[in-house]
Amino acid sequence: MSDQTSTIPRFRSPAPLAWIIAVGFLAFFLQGLWAADMSLDRLQRGAVNLGRFLGQAMPPDFSNWYGIADAMWETLNIAIVGVTFGCFFSIPLAILAASNTSPNRVVRTIARLVIAVSRTIPDLIWALIFVVAVGLGPLAGILAIIMDTIGFAARFYSERFEEVQKGPSEALTSTGAARLSVIMGAILPESFASMTATSLFSVEKAIRSAVTLGLVGAGGIGVELSTAMRLFRYDDAAAIILVVLVAVIGFEQLSSSIRKRVI
Amino acid sequence: MTDPAPVLDVSDLHVSYGDLAILRGVTFSVGRGEGVVLLGANGSGKSTLMRAINGLAPAASGQVSLDGVPIIGARRAPLRKARRRMGYVFQQFNLVPQLSAFQNVLFGVMGQRPLGILNCLNSVARGEDRERALDCLDRVGLADRAQHRPTELSGGQQQRVAIARMLMQQPSLVVADEPIASLDPKAGREVLDLLWRIVDDEGLSMLCTLHQLDLAQEYGDRVIGLKAGKVLIDADTDSIDPARLDALYEGASRPEDATGAKTAAA
Repeated sequence: MSDQTSTIPRFRSPAPLAWIIAVGFLAFFLQGLWAADMSLDRLQRGAVNLGRFLGQAMPPDFSNWYGIADAMWETLNIAIVGVTFGCFFSIPLAILAASNTSPNRVVRTIARLVIAVSRTIPDLIWALIFVVAVGLGPLAGILAIIMDTIGFAARFYSERFEEVQKGPSEALTSTGAARLSVIMGAILPESFASMTATSLFSVEKAIRSAVTLGLVGAGGIGVELSTAMRLFRYDDAAAIILVVLVAVIGFEQLSSSIRKRVI
Repeated sequence: MTDPAPVLDVSDLHVSYGDLAILRGVTFSVGRGEGVVLLGANGSGKSTLMRAINGLAPAASGQVSLDGVPIIGARRAPLRKARRRMGYVFQQFNLVPQLSAFQNVLFGVMGQRPLGILNCLNSVARGEDRERALDCLDRVGLADRAQHRPTELSGGQQQRVAIARMLMQQPSLVVADEPIASLDPKAGREVLDLLWRIVDDEGLSMLCTLHQLDLAQEYGDRVIGLKAGKVLIDADTDSIDPARLDALYEGASRPEDATGAKTAAA
């Protein structure tokens, strides 16, 4: 027995390509560590600074509660308005992008490209672009959320359309119905539950995005947060962060309970 | 009984999937008011033939015409016009599962109303269409289930809703692709009784695939037997020799069997 198994090596040398990838990865990783100037000394000082920040942040100062509430309200406005338009525009785009509903290959490729571009560019960069275009304020935030939502929702809608069972749409086609009627009569109803779930995820995502968009001046609570941090008013900042935390967790709970009911 | 001009005329129809020729020159016709049963083993090309008749499967050559209107090679608008007069009943019912039975029946007129779906959604449909949809459901004995979704109905009830949708369409030809293959024998017989009764009452023509030889002989005026993509039998039900029907299911009944034999010989 042992003679036979000795012909099967316990270890095998990895393929040359695997060697190259492993060595390359290790080199990049070490160079990155070195470039970040990571030293025990800096980490120690960082911990001390963090301790001081926390010391100054506690207790959170809610004296500007009206301003915080107002900014949070604006953040929710940005998120909800942006995500509503985003989901709305995602439906036609997803129809054009899905292989079973798209009129032809050229349109499909263009639609997929539009979706891919909206997804690949991060929301903060969209916000920077729209701040240049429409100026500071919530409108830039709304436009950024629209683009970010399209990249997410249109992709998942179109994937859902492609998974829909063919039978019902074939049955409607066989009655002589036009293509758009078949899509609206069979494919959309069949995808409805999944689209609702995707849209709710988009809202959760949009609220988180809308919080940070203010950092680049696109309206909402991020503006307050960045001002408080820059003025070293850490107790104000702590209050804002707590409000954000409560709002995001609250909405996630709400959306997951809606989702359970729909599916 | 049969009108000299047939409702459905299929001539030398060829359909291929890739390199595999499924239908190899199918020719037959269905007369007005005639009920034809299509028999054949699994894979003999029955479903492909049904799909090609409706234009759902692209044909390589040959012609299908409904009331003299060509379907193969037709542009989109005339094809849709021809499809309106053809009621299709599927093995898997193919109702939209999220919508009520009533809404599914209303969809039967989707192809006939301007703006399509925008004129046959329950909330906006014309009064007479809604009345007729309920009437169709009543004809299949399911008026009381109008607001149920298909998932809340049994298989036999779902197929009856699909028959009501077909009836709503007011077709001149009914194409039924193994309408009872997913049902148990009792429900299957009830559905087949209902389907044939409606077809007779309305004076429709019917092309129906079945797997049961006894049912074929009981219901059909005429039997067409398909074997390996060709018509092997086309005869009135009364004059048919049972041994010939059995032959449909023996030996090389599928197109790929015949192709295999050919390539082996080559």
